[in-house]
Amino acid sequence: MDRQTVLTELKRVLAPYTEDKEKLNNITEDTDLLRDLQINSANLVDIIIDAESQYNIEIDNDSAEKMTNVGNSIDVILSKINQSA
Amino acid sequence: MFDDIIQYLPYKSSFLFVDHITALDENGVTGDYTLNGNAFFYEDHFANNPVTPGVIITEIMAQIGVVVLGIYLVKSGNTKEAVRMDERSFPLLTSTDVSFFKMVLPGEKVTVTSKKLYFRFGKLKCAIEMRNEAAELVAKGMFSGMIRNFPVDERANG
Repeated sequence: MDRQTVLTELKRVLAPYTEDKEKLNNITEDTDLLRDLQINSANLVDIIIDAESQYNIEIDNDSAEKMTNVGNSIDVILSKINQSA
Repeated sequence: MFDDIIQYLPYKSSFLFVDHITALDENGVTGDYTLNGNAFFYEDHFANNPVTPGVIITEIMAQIGVVVLGIYLVKSGNTKEAVRMDERSFPLLTSTDVSFFKMVLPGEKVTVTSKKLYFRFGKLKCAIEMRNEAAELVAKGMFSGMIRNFPVDERANG
């Protein structure tokens, strides 16, 4: 799976937790989830759990802490997909 | 039976809404509270027609269903979560989605049952129901909360 595919799918995962839909449509790998998308920090947990079920992976505490921006989230998701493959 | 845990709740008198905890394990909690007819909110909600406010119903559900269970999970150590409570900790309600089905009047006893959906990365999410003494459904919803530590200087600037 390539990064662009994950980024596109990540938009769907983020959508329920993002108020500003225009910013969501224009996310890049540098977009910060809390600062740029203004996601409620407690909802980061739901985003991680939704990503887990979307990709059938398990994200541990250390990996979860890295998922603060879009690029890092893609890194974590891809590395977990490769681990379980 | 599990009332000892109530001493760890950070609420006092007019805002403590837990009388008894009758069941408690890592997957859920059951507890009850009897509404005090002299509570501060009945005088004004509503004038000459005291009815328990929805926010108080929500608070009762949160204190029993999320805070008691959360403190139990943190204190029991039966969890991988690296969350600790100390004197600077307080429980933070992060989201609720509640439906109300029946009114609760002064003096009524309500029983709250909470089932843990998950406790991960420090966040506890529960499905919670409240029933009255006739076992009728009063309210039902999803609640989430976290335990937070605020540094003293941050609080001063806030």
